Amino acid sequence: MADIHDDRDEAVAPSTEVATVDDHSAAAPATAVVRADRIPNPGFPPHRPRVTDLDPKKEKQAERTISALFLLSIVGSVLAVVAYFAFPIDQANPGSVRLNNLFLGLGITLALLGVGIGAVHWSKALMHSHEEVEMRHPTRGSDESRTKAVEIFSQANKESGFTRRSLVRNTLIGAVAVTPIPAVVMFRDLAGDDDPVALLKQTMWDEGVRLCRDPSGTPIRAADVTIGSAFHVIPEGLAELEYHRIEEKAKAAVLLMRLPVDELNEDPAKADWSYDGIVAYSKICTHVGCPVALYEQQTHHLLCPCHQSQFDVANHCEVIFGPAARPLPQLPITVDDEGFLVARSDFRDPVGPTFWEINR
Amino acid sequence: MSTTTTAPSAGTATQAAPSTGMRFTGWAANYIDERTSASTAVKTLGRKIFPDHWSFMLGEVALYSFIVILISGTFLTFFFDPSMTEVEYSGSYVPLQGIPMSVAYHTALDISFEIRGGLLMRQVHHWAALLFVASVALHMLRVFFTGAFRKPRELNWVIGFLLFVMAMALGFTGYSLPDDMLSGNGLRIIDGMIKGIPVVGAWISYLFFGDEFPGTQIIQRLYILHIMLLPAITIALIGVHMLLLIVNKHTQFAAPGRTNDNVVGAPVMPTFAAKAGGFFFIVFGFIVLIASLFTINPIWNYGPYDPSPVSAGTQPDWYIGWADGALRLMPPNLDWVIFGYTLPMGVLIPTVVMLVFLALIAVYPFLEAWVTGDKREHHIAERPRNAPVRTGIGAAAVVFYCGLWAAASSDLIATHFRVTLEGVIHTLQFITVVGPFIAYWITKRVCLALQRKDREMALHGFETGRIVRLPGGEYIEVHEQLDDYERWKLVAHDEYQPLMIRPDDNGRITVRQRVRAGLSRWFFEDRVAPVTQREIEAQKH
Ligand code: HEM
Ligand code: FES
Repeated sequence: MADIHDDRDEAVAPSTEVATVDDHSAAAPATAVVRADRIPNPGFPPHRPRVTDLDPKKEKQAERTISALFLLSIVGSVLAVVAYFAFPIDQANPGSVRLNNLFLGLGITLALLGVGIGAVHWSKALMHSHEEVEMRHPTRGSDESRTKAVEIFSQANKESGFTRRSLVRNTLIGAVAVTPIPAVVMFRDLAGDDDPVALLKQTMWDEGVRLCRDPSGTPIRAADVTIGSAFHVIPEGLAELEYHRIEEKAKAAVLLMRLPVDELNEDPAKADWSYDGIVAYSKICTHVGCPVALYEQQTHHLLCPCHQSQFDVANHCEVIFGPAARPLPQLPITVDDEGFLVARSDFRDPVGPTFWEINR
Repeated sequence: MSTTTTAPSAGTATQAAPSTGMRFTGWAANYIDERTSASTAVKTLGRKIFPDHWSFMLGEVALYSFIVILISGTFLTFFFDPSMTEVEYSGSYVPLQGIPMSVAYHTALDISFEIRGGLLMRQVHHWAALLFVASVALHMLRVFFTGAFRKPRELNWVIGFLLFVMAMALGFTGYSLPDDMLSGNGLRIIDGMIKGIPVVGAWISYLFFGDEFPGTQIIQRLYILHIMLLPAITIALIGVHMLLLIVNKHTQFAAPGRTNDNVVGAPVMPTFAAKAGGFFFIVFGFIVLIASLFTINPIWNYGPYDPSPVSAGTQPDWYIGWADGALRLMPPNLDWVIFGYTLPMGVLIPTVVMLVFLALIAVYPFLEAWVTGDKREHHIAERPRNAPVRTGIGAAAVVFYCGLWAAASSDLIATHFRVTLEGVIHTLQFITVVGPFIAYWITKRVCLALQRKDREMALHGFETGRIVRLPGGEYIEVHEQLDDYERWKLVAHDEYQPLMIRPDDNGRITVRQRVRAGLSRWFFEDRVAPVTQREIEAQKH
C-alpha cells in the first residue's frame, strides 16, 4: 500500500509556479534532488495575437479560404463519381485499370484533403487561440472513495464468506481453472486423424517413379540432362493428382543437375544414388522450407532465396553458408530400361524443416 | 440535472429569436439527454485540454490510419472470398488466363481487375496498413524517449505494446490472404518455424494448417483472425488506450507556465476537435493519394502459390523484416540432437531472442521504476537528453532492431553494393551484437554533451555572431542572455541521484538491494545538474 502513497504537496501550486518535488528523504527511495534555489517557472508568456485577430480583413480572407477548401472538397467528390463512370474498366485494355485507379483516387483525395485542410485551417486561423489550463489531480481515487471501496470488499467478503469458507473458495477456483480444458481439446479436430510425424517422413517418391518436368509432367531421359543444366522435377503422376497435389509437391519437389563426374565428391556408400554425374536433391530448404531454386553452375552451389543458405552440390549438398543445419536430402536415382530417370526409393532422410522427431 | 428541459444555450449569436435550426438542435439535444444523460459526458469531456506538439501527432496518425483500414477492409470483404478451392483463372488479366489457382487469389485478382475502385481500395488498405504499423512504432519510440511511460502511464504503455503486436499480427494475416506466391512463401516460413518448436512443433503445424502444409484451410482460418478476432481485440485495446489517456491526461513538454500539475493546450471543443478531425481527413486523403499514384503488392505479377518456384530478391512487408532478418543472421549447422530428439537452434534462437526483445519492451517501465525507485507521477515529457541512460538504451534497441531489419535485405544489399553476401551477413551480425553497445555509449555521451551545452546556454546565453573589440584590443563575441521564458525549457528538469543501499528491517542488506543500487548508480551516475537560481544570479554580477 505504501507504494501507492504519493504525497504531492497539498497546496497545488498555482499554474505559474513549479510543482515542488517531493522529498521522501530517508523513508522511501525517491531520487529527485530538491534544490532550494531551483529556478522558478516564469509562468505564461504574454499572449501573441495572430494576424486574423488584429486585422478584420485577414479574418475575412481566412474565412473565404476555408470555405473555398470545403467547396473544393465537394468538387473532388463530384469528380470521383464522374471518374468512376468516365474511366470504366475495359477488359481489352489493361491500361484502363490504371486510369480508373488514378482518377477515382485523385477525386477522392481532393474530397478528403479539402475537408481536412479546411478544418485544420479553421482551427488555426479563426478559432480562439488562447491556450487554456486545466489542473491535474493525482490519479488515485480520493481517500474517501478508497475507504469506501475497501469497505465494500470486506462487506462482500463477510456476506459471502469468501475467505472464511476456504473449501468452497478453493474448489471454486479449481473448477473455474479446469473449465477451459474442453475448449483446448475441441481444437483437436482442426486436422484429421493421421500422425503428422509419419506424414512428414514420406513423400510420393518410390522405387521406379519417374522424374518428370515441373510443371508439364513429362518424364526426363538421362540423355536430356546435359552438364551444367538443372531441371525442376516432380514425381510422375503428381501433375495429374486431383487431391493433395500442392501438399505432395511441397514435399516432393526435386532439383536435378548434372556435374562432371570427377567434380562430384561422393560418399562411397551413396555412389549408386547418382547416375553418370546426374544427382537429384530435394528442393525444399532444410531451414524453414522455401524452394531452393537458384543454381550456380560454376561453383555447383545451390542458394535458397529466402535466407541465403548455400548448399554444395558436389559434396552431398552440405550447408556451406546460411542458417540451414542439414544437407538437402538426396533422392537416389537410376534409369529404367527406356532410358528415363527414375527414383530408386523415397528420400532416405526427411525433407524440409527440422522438427523434434526428425531423427527418431 | 439531466432532466431539465431547457436546451443548451446556443452561443452568443441570435439569442432573441432562435432560428428553426437552433430550435431543432435544442429539441434534439434535450431528447437525447433525457434518455442518456449525454450532457454529463459533454460537460466532462467537452472542454478537456489537449497539449500540442508535433510528436503527439504520431499516435493520431496511427488511430486514423486504423480507421482507414477498417473502412477499406470492409469494402474488400464484400468482394473477397477466402476459399482455397482450386479454380481456373477466367478473368481479364491475360497472362494468368487458364492457370489453376485458389478462389482467394482469383477474387483478389477480380478486386483488382474487374471491380471499379477495387484496386484503389486494395491499395488504400495496404498502404494504410504499412502506415499504421509505422506510426504505431514511431509513436512508441516517442513515448519511450520522452519517458511518457512513467507513472501513472505504465499500464497504457503495456496496452500500446499489445497494439503494436496486434498491428504486426493483422499485417501478417492480411498479407497472407490473397494466396499469391509471396504470401504462400511467407506462410511456408511460418510453417517451418512452427515445426521447429520442441515436442509439439509438427503437431501444431498440422493442426494450424488443418493438414500437411499448405492444406486447404489456412486462408479461411487466417481470414477469421484477420477480419474478426484481431480487429475486435485491436478495437477493444484502442478503446482502453483512449480511456486511460483521458484518465491520465496527456503529458506535455516543459514550457513557461506548464507544470507537473496542469495541462495547457487547446480544449476539445472546438479547437482540438476541429484540428484532429481535420487531421483525420488529411491522413485519409494522403493515403488515398499514395494509393492512386503508387502500386503496392501487385499480386498479379507473382502468380498463384506453388511450393516449387520462388523469385529472388522479394521482400516481406517492412514490419516483418526484422523477423526474417533474425533468421538470416544465424550461423549454419545448429541442429542439436538430444536423446534422439532434435532442436533446430538455428530457428529457435532467433525466435526466442525476438520474444525476449518484445518482452523487454513490454516490461521496460516497470524495470526502470524499480531501478530508479521513483514513485511520483510524471506529467512532463522529458527531453531525451535529460535521461541519458534511457535514451542510450533506446538507441541500442533501435540499432538492434534495424540490424535485424537490414538483414532481411542482405541479398539486395549485396547485389546493390556489389559486395559479398557473406560480408554483408557478417557485418550485420556484428552490428546486431556489438552495435547496440556502441550506440548506447555514443548516445549517452551525446546526451551529456547536449546537457552541458544547455547549461552553458542557460548561464551565458547564445552566441550572437556579433564580434566586438574590447578597449584592450581583445576581440570577443557578444553573448546574448536568454530571457526567463526562453531559459525555462533548458532548466526545467529534475536532477536525480542514485538509490542508496539501506539495510532492511532486520538490518541486512540483500543481494536484491545491492543489484538495485548498482543498477541505479549506473542509471544516474553520470549526470549534469540543471542550472540553479544562485548560479544565474552569480552570472549576472
Ligand atoms: C476490420 C479490419 C480489417 C478488415 C475487414 C480487413 C480485410 C481484408 C481483406 C478482405 C483482405 C484481402 C483482400 C485483398 O488482398 O485485396 C485484406 C488484406 C490485407 N489486409 Fe486487411 N483487414 C482489416 C484490418 C487490417 C489491418 C489492421 C491490417 C494491418 C495492420 C491489414 C492488412 C492487410 C494486408 C497487408 C492485406 C493484403 C492486401 C493486399 O494484398 O494488397 N488489414 N484485408
Ligand atoms: S528457407 Fe532456405 S534459407 Fe531459410
